[in-house]
Amino acid sequence: MWTQYLIWIFLGIGLTFNGLGAIGLLRFPDVYTRLHAATKATTFGSIFTSLAVVTFAFTQLYLNGKMANLQLGLHTIVAIASLLLTNPVGAHAIARAAHRSGVKPEKAVVDKLAEVKK
Amino acid sequence: MKAFIVTTIDAYLIYLVLTAGSGNFLYFWSPAEMIMGVFLAIIVGAVSRNYLCRSRNYRMLNPVRWFKFLVYGFGPFFEAMAKANVDVAYRVITGKIRPGIVKINPELKTDFGLTFLANSITLTPGTLSVDVDEKRNYLFVHWINVKKGEEKKEFADYRYVCGTFPIWARRIAE
Repeated sequence: MWTQYLIWIFLGIGLTFNGLGAIGLLRFPDVYTRLHAATKATTFGSIFTSLAVVTFAFTQLYLNGKMANLQLGLHTIVAIASLLLTNPVGAHAIARAAHRSGVKPEKAVVDKLAEVKK
Repeated sequence: MKAFIVTTIDAYLIYLVLTAGSGNFLYFWSPAEMIMGVFLAIIVGAVSRNYLCRSRNYRMLNPVRWFKFLVYGFGPFFEAMAKANVDVAYRVITGKIRPGIVKINPELKTDFGLTFLANSITLTPGTLSVDVDEKRNYLFVHWINVKKGEEKKEFADYRYVCGTFPIWARRIAE
């Protein structure tokens, strides 16, 4: 089936961005910039790896018609939706907790939030 | 009562999606799963009705808003997310960053609109909403590459921080 190429493309994009997220976690200087790499790039990558699973599941459903494949596809779509809902909330909670406990952003050109707290 | 009905129907729909493929009734479901789902949805609706519809405002039941939400999700939002991911990938490799926390005034009135915007901002790489001024609805955004000149202003221009997101948040959630 032609969809196998689509699966490879999705997996390639997903793994590239997940890998870049891991590299960014090592390279960036402080907790806020690391959150950018560690939560956002990996969300984007995970969406694409999940899309590869969805494509695979529906291809198999079309080829052999087993209902287990439909379940796999739908559950992965629900997983993508939950990822999109929970990931920003978690990132926001970590960033807010870090700022409240006094971690200053390194190399920052401006920090309006600290000016407000004074 | 309306909150209970809305929560129950939502829970039942999610249950149906999760159990699709279990039998042949209506092509996808087995009758036992469908009946069991009704009972579970009623329990969930009774327990959590005060959490899903806390503001007692049912404007999100309007299907036009859901249609706009889908258009937004697959159109401008996905485009901005892809662009920003490539941008952050470039910054990961080269290490050129200019971070800072800026304040924006998105001119939104409702809590849901502000939550929607903050989640959109956080999901887009390069910007991360850190805190919110709940009285005046300002957002504090950590921006990985502050545009030159924006750090001197009291409010950064939201068109540079998050593009058209506030306009869409107003259309969808207010």
